[in-house]
Amino acid sequence: MRTSSHLVYLIALPLFSSALLLLLGRIADKWGHLLATLVSASAFGVGVSEFIAMHSHTGANRAATQKLFEWISVGNLKVDASLLLDQLSICFVLLITGVGTLIHIYSIAYMDHDKDRRRFFAYLNFFIAAMLLLVLGDSYLNLYVGWEGVGLASYLLIGFWNHNPTYAVAAKKAFIANRIGDVGLSLAIMICFTQFGAVSFSGVKAGASHASPAALTAIGAMLLLAAAGKSAQFPLQSWLGDAMAGPTPVSALIHAATMVTAGVYLITRSNFIFDASSTARLLVVTVGVITLLFGAIVGTAKDDIKKALAASTMSQIGYMILATGLGPVGYAFAIMHLLTHGFFKAGMFLGAGSVMHGMDDEINMRKYGGLAKLMPITAVTFGLGYLAILGVPPFAGFYSKDKIIETAFNQGGGKGIILGGAALLGAGITAFYMTRVVVLTFAGAKRWKDGSHPHESSVLMWGPMVVLAIGSVASGFLLSAGGALVNWLQPVVNASHAEGGKELMNPLVVSILALGIVALGASYAIVKYRSVPEVAPENVSIFTEIARKDLYQDIFNDAVLVKPGTALTAGLVATDHHVIDGAVRLVGWVIGEVSDVLRKIQNGYVRTYALAMFVGVFIGALILWVVTA
Amino acid sequence: MLTTPSLDYNLLAPILIVLGGALLGVFVEGFVGRAYRARIQIIIALVTTATAFCWVISIHNLVSQTAAVDSVSIDGGGLFMQGAILALAFVALLFFTQDDHFAPQASALPGSQEEAAAVLAGVQMTEIYPLVLFAISGMLLFPVAHDLITLFVALEVLSIPLYIITGLARRRRLLSQEAALKYFLLGAYSSAFFLFGGALLYGFSGSLSLAMIRNAAAVPGANHIFLLLGIVLMSVGLLFKVGAVPFHSWTPDVYQGAPTAVTGFMAACTKVAAFGAMFRIFIVGFAAVQNDWRPVFVAISIVTMAGGAIAAISQRDVKRTLAYSSITHAGFLMAGIIALSKAGLTSMMFYLVAYGFATIGAFGIVTLVRDSTGEVNDLNRWAGLAKKSPGVATAFALFLLSFGGIPLTAGFIAKFSIFTAAYASGNIAIVVVGVLSSAIALFFYLRVILIMFFKEPTDDTVTVAIPSFLVTTGITICFVITLVLGVYPNLLFNLANTMTTLVP
Repeated sequence: MRTSSHLVYLIALPLFSSALLLLLGRIADKWGHLLATLVSASAFGVGVSEFIAMHSHTGANRAATQKLFEWISVGNLKVDASLLLDQLSICFVLLITGVGTLIHIYSIAYMDHDKDRRRFFAYLNFFIAAMLLLVLGDSYLNLYVGWEGVGLASYLLIGFWNHNPTYAVAAKKAFIANRIGDVGLSLAIMICFTQFGAVSFSGVKAGASHASPAALTAIGAMLLLAAAGKSAQFPLQSWLGDAMAGPTPVSALIHAATMVTAGVYLITRSNFIFDASSTARLLVVTVGVITLLFGAIVGTAKDDIKKALAASTMSQIGYMILATGLGPVGYAFAIMHLLTHGFFKAGMFLGAGSVMHGMDDEINMRKYGGLAKLMPITAVTFGLGYLAILGVPPFAGFYSKDKIIETAFNQGGGKGIILGGAALLGAGITAFYMTRVVVLTFAGAKRWKDGSHPHESSVLMWGPMVVLAIGSVASGFLLSAGGALVNWLQPVVNASHAEGGKELMNPLVVSILALGIVALGASYAIVKYRSVPEVAPENVSIFTEIARKDLYQDIFNDAVLVKPGTALTAGLVATDHHVIDGAVRLVGWVIGEVSDVLRKIQNGYVRTYALAMFVGVFIGALILWVVTA
Repeated sequence: MLTTPSLDYNLLAPILIVLGGALLGVFVEGFVGRAYRARIQIIIALVTTATAFCWVISIHNLVSQTAAVDSVSIDGGGLFMQGAILALAFVALLFFTQDDHFAPQASALPGSQEEAAAVLAGVQMTEIYPLVLFAISGMLLFPVAHDLITLFVALEVLSIPLYIITGLARRRRLLSQEAALKYFLLGAYSSAFFLFGGALLYGFSGSLSLAMIRNAAAVPGANHIFLLLGIVLMSVGLLFKVGAVPFHSWTPDVYQGAPTAVTGFMAACTKVAAFGAMFRIFIVGFAAVQNDWRPVFVAISIVTMAGGAIAAISQRDVKRTLAYSSITHAGFLMAGIIALSKAGLTSMMFYLVAYGFATIGAFGIVTLVRDSTGEVNDLNRWAGLAKKSPGVATAFALFLLSFGGIPLTAGFIAKFSIFTAAYASGNIAIVVVGVLSSAIALFFYLRVILIMFFKEPTDDTVTVAIPSFLVTTGITICFVITLVLGVYPNLLFNLANTMTTLVP
């Protein structure tokens, strides 16, 4: 392992620029966005030069570290603030800075009319810095710093347009789901420390080889919980749709291409834990499969273009999570899908932003229609992303998604059939809802009012879209040609083709099956949406109704997270009233009720306080008596 | 025939300097004209604490069992706590210097003509400063006391001045006086428990010294009933001071009623003194029976963490919110006692310093946010504060993030290290509850941040007073320490690691 002294610039540049823009205030309004974009581009430059440097080394020297300083040293706990750039992190570095820079450029135009554009760019730069720290940290604790940092950035950016109260609620929901995940991460770190005496990746890896299966499963489960919170996976998925309240470039960068994939990174990075615990892997594939179907079904019923894409993101990340649970060979395919998804989904989000920009911020797809003629570039770039997500050869998704389906089938036995079948089914539903989005938006007759004047966006906006569209076309082929990515990641995840083992399904068969199902889904959507009512029809089948209600996710949250809690605080019958509003309000409400009771005990009378103390002494003595007896 | 006890004045100097400063302050009250008093008192208080702090540094690696016969143990652990108390007190005193915290004449009835006359004449209660110095001297003695009588004396010396200054708020005087009376009554009540516990321990061991109690406890087969009862009763006095549930009920009322600068001082310095004393008592005196008392402490720690965090949710008053937050932190800090290890002590030391500076800074900022009638503690009226004074809002947000344990603040490192120490000692339950409680607690810290940064200012939004030079210095010190200890905690950890010696 060599050392490199340049890694720190990757993080320091955007962090410094972010602080500068926030501290200078209005003075920087004129040029703040340019500085932020330039800084992001330079970080990309550093990333590329590091990538080239990696190629000039071989073997273990490909990976580089940089120790910044000794961070914590108390008792046996010693943690350095160190960065680690290896074959896995460089993929993320290039994705984050590359797509990040494109989105910076796009935002210059998109946020043109916003008086707080400088602040927006400061947050974007801060996000880039935090996300890079997340993928470059060489220990779970360093990762955790970035993990909280991206959470904070996401929170700030979702709530950026905070004049709308529902947006503030959305920010809060995202916050709670993420906190539950963070509890998982911090517990995982503590178990690691007590089991292995280390929290660095290398230390934990060394310890994992002779750890007890129970400990590994516990760590794996906690890491999965963390991943579920950050990556909007079942059962913590409900926040992603609401997070679409933020500006569209944010949705593209944070809630499609980078931050929400942090969970996939976490699991791939912890491959040594999951490889050693089949129970943990089983949990991972279960969560992945449930989410990929869940997201896809929710996607079929959304009229809000961004929410449809968000549901799709959730579903696609489900594919990645599924892949990470499929053993060593799966990691590389998960990362490959993550990269191709980064291109096509970010591209489609930017396309959606471009449509909204031209349609006076209208988000309801039922009020679009026939936009292809008026916004040709947007339509074409979006279309290429669409073909990529469907997995039509030779577009990017074909290479990455089919590999995941194939690997799922190769698990063999009932498990293989269930996983593979679910992944195939998901592909069909994906084809249906994505076709629906495209048809509703770009095809058919115009359904917008005469007042709006849809128009193509400026070059600052369509430029990045074109670049991402090229990525949607070519990235899959480039990454998989000659097993490029698989071989590249081999030192990190210990995967190789040979280990992929038994090929139970011929890849060609899988591809044909997948294409057939995709064609079925797509054509059904085309037939079904030949004519589109402007208002969503009321008399729909029970299935549509369920999908529209997000598969009752809020009600589910309510039942699982909240009801047991309310049972404890007896006599609280007002539950029904709160059911629809979902977990967030209810968890808050239950705690609030308990809090109110506590406040009533705090009645201001000294005699009550003294009594409480006396009872406390009594109970303390009682515990002591029980313990010693 | 009595022999004169031998005292090591070099080692006792920090306490004696502060006591001397306090006495000097009393003389100033008597002999110096009203016009100069305030300024002289401020100088005396700051110089005294600074000198005592420097003295602590100069003796920081000395160890002695017989500094004052065998009543006081000077060692790394004790000196670290003393240094922390003095540093925190120095910064807290900077916030006392705004002249409008305190009632002009405490003896005048609220709303009476005398009060109005005193306000008009510009009278100031400069007795505050000697009182605070007396309290500090008690706090300095508390964590180094090595026998039960010295402990009790220190406890009372630190408590009584606090009862008085709690009642001296300039605005909302009735609330303040009520708080002072409650604090006094409950404090006396808890002192009685403490004393009774001490008596039982004496009955058990035949000695007042912690070392002798330990020896008696270590005898196998001894009847421990008096020992254990003594421990429980004595803990009440200590847990009362740190505000652990169910001995916490005074905390919200007193924190709210006391002059805000005093609240900051109390919240930070009292905790250091009490936790310092607690750690010494339990590791020196009661370690032999730790398996017996630990479950009690685990239970108290759990209800304290969870209770404080949950109760804070429904608060609308910023001082009460901070009071509940301080209760939650008492629960987290107890994890260090429960770990009862070197790592536990080190991380507790770090935690106390990190928490102390953030607390003083946060209460310091509360003193600045006002309207025409004085401080505004209603959170709703803090809406949009960031638009008016981004600097103040940012500093407050940083302190809150540190309380919440967000990475890159001192609070994160503190929490992480203390939980790790507790986990390593096998107390998994408090770690799980602790992590969950901090998740709940973060909710209300972030709510305050949301109110400040994301809500539009309303018509009756408050103004931020322009801070004096000393106050700005105080906030800056707290801000920098909170940030630096988050990024580079080893500055303090390295020191703390070398100062964990405790005289047996």
